[in-house]
Amino acid sequence: MKIEKNKKYLLSKENISSLVQILQKQKFKTIAPVVKDETILYDEIQSIDELPIGMTDVHKAGSYSLKKRKDKALFGYNVGPQSCKKFLFPPKLTLLQTKKIDGKVTVIKSSDPVEKLALIGIKPCELSAILVQDKIFIEGDYVDSYYKQQRDNLFIVTTNCTETAYSCFCDSMKTGPEATKGFDLAVTELIDGKNHRFVIKTGSAAGVKVLSNIEGIALAPDDALALEEAKISSAKNKMGRSISTENLKELLLDNLNHPYWAEIQERCVSCGNCTMVCPTCFCSDILDETSLSGEDSKRTRLWDSCFSKDYSYIHGGVVRASIKSRYRQWLTHKFASWVDQFDTFGCVGCGRCIVWCPVGIDVTEEINAIEQDVEKMKPVEVEA
Amino acid sequence: MPLHPNAKPKLAVWKFASCDGCQLSLLDCEDDLLAITDAIQIAYFPEATRAVIKGPYEISLVEGSITTPHDAERIHKIRRVSKVLITIGACATSGGIQALKNFKDVNKFIDIVYANPQYIDSLQNSTGIADHVKVDFELRGCPINKNALVEVCNAYLNRRKPNIPTYSVCMECKRRGNICVMVRNGTTCLGPVTQAGCDAICPAYNRGCYSCFGPSEDANAKAFSIHLEETGISRENLIRLYRGFNANAEEFKNESIFYEQK
Ligand code: SF4
Ligand code: SF4
Ligand code: SF4
Ligand code: SF4
Repeated sequence: MKIEKNKKYLLSKENISSLVQILQKQKFKTIAPVVKDETILYDEIQSIDELPIGMTDVHKAGSYSLKKRKDKALFGYNVGPQSCKKFLFPPKLTLLQTKKIDGKVTVIKSSDPVEKLALIGIKPCELSAILVQDKIFIEGDYVDSYYKQQRDNLFIVTTNCTETAYSCFCDSMKTGPEATKGFDLAVTELIDGKNHRFVIKTGSAAGVKVLSNIEGIALAPDDALALEEAKISSAKNKMGRSISTENLKELLLDNLNHPYWAEIQERCVSCGNCTMVCPTCFCSDILDETSLSGEDSKRTRLWDSCFSKDYSYIHGGVVRASIKSRYRQWLTHKFASWVDQFDTFGCVGCGRCIVWCPVGIDVTEEINAIEQDVEKMKPVEVEA
Repeated sequence: MPLHPNAKPKLAVWKFASCDGCQLSLLDCEDDLLAITDAIQIAYFPEATRAVIKGPYEISLVEGSITTPHDAERIHKIRRVSKVLITIGACATSGGIQALKNFKDVNKFIDIVYANPQYIDSLQNSTGIADHVKVDFELRGCPINKNALVEVCNAYLNRRKPNIPTYSVCMECKRRGNICVMVRNGTTCLGPVTQAGCDAICPAYNRGCYSCFGPSEDANAKAFSIHLEETGISRENLIRLYRGFNANAEEFKNESIFYEQK
């Protein structure tokens, strides 16, 4: 059967297994969620047996654990501790290494090399975060060469969500539970009693090519499509968190001096975890190191965070000297000023900042609290 | 380009109440040691050599805390002969583990420990060097990280700011790819209120941070304690948590005293 773009096909578990092998034959390093360090995180896999089969992750604000599922789902997890950011925008990246040879400064190493990576089983929020970072790193005036090279060597198999976790709010951010763009292939896993099937949608020419290598596949039948729709819409209705994004930018920017910001300072410890785990946060610091002799030097790019004081240090002092101002920077950047900067929110609703905040601060609760408070304070219009 | 073409800057290493671990990090610099002695003259370092070159000294590395009246005097003399004074380690920065005595009556300890207590002349409190004289730079850790020590010497020689972060351990923890032990296991970890510098070594081995590096910039220990209390940590454990290598650091001292009096 001739495979076409933007069509949905039906796959078996064996077909998913072949898919991984085909990608490996095409020299992709296959990356997928695995159970590791008592969590579900991305690592290289050789076969689908290494996926977190029958496992899922349970979240709360400031808490994460694993749980056995009742079924043998391959993609039955939610959101792990680490995002795909680490592949495209690594936490530590060597940019340059030099050595003095015969009195001349000589470059002995430039940026770390990129790899052909196939990201398998990434959730729609994760994919959306890559699309947000694309705007930052490659779609603007200044292109980040490492990001661009790695991005050009990426194959993405996303998995639509049929379940959600406590911390998920992709529906509010319009980034899930179904992936609508940016993927090569999008899979929806359907488990219906003993019937374990996958609906797969082609999203790119590369996706079509890969799928064309699997023998004997057919278009997804109506009953599978109906089940897919029902499952995704049930996920949509079961979001763990929610915020209203209507006028959100205005709400935040109009209330920069709201007493709420001072209150958050009594809870936030300014540790920076929320920015580190966020799949869209893109701030970095450049570190230059030299050997004592001055013969060798190295330039490294490191993840930075607006929660560090050095981040806003300029001649004369730190601009955001209080925790209150730093938390406000982070929240208003994600949900307000990002919109002016990149024409999208800086949040995809993955919930990581909620789960991995060591003191359990929940950004959705904070936004809802400001909104309710501002609502309460509004003058009531009385008819004359 | 050597900044001191004619004379190598003289370095002195001084010891107060401490275990010597931090000054040993200097000897432990191995590969870098030769480069250090190429650039710096080690003028006073009893741990390494009995030869003494007279001061004044460009750099003084001070290890240990002030615990006796004699030492409280001595540190002023050292300050007078030092151009730049850098404290190394938790003892010199905040008073060290021996500052645990600050929370009790020191005479009671002396009576229990020594056969002839009349010969002991000890201050009630163990304090960091900055409580006595002006300190130009504090290098944290229990012990310090030897690479950080080389970096500080390097920065001094090249007249630049040392690359020593003051943000939290969590930042290093995440960059290293550790999974947070607080969130995943409910293990108490002082990382969020502790200054980076160790590359989050404890969480990398599934343990909570003990705060060898002391409070981070703006450490919000109050907020952190309130959260821990809410998760069910007892008052006793909270006191113990803050009474470690940096028990006398302002932010931690305030918390442990608060819970002791509560
Ligand atoms: S702000 Fe929080 S929920 Fe939004 S994308 Fe970042 S980590 Fe996820
Ligand atoms: S929230 Fe902070 S760390 Fe994240 S992108 Fe914005 S400024 Fe950078
Ligand atoms: S919101 Fe939470 S994770 Fe973010 S800096 Fe504050 S305490 Fe840390
Ligand atoms: S393990 Fe400790 S240091 Fe690491 S992120 Fe968690 S709280 Fe911070």
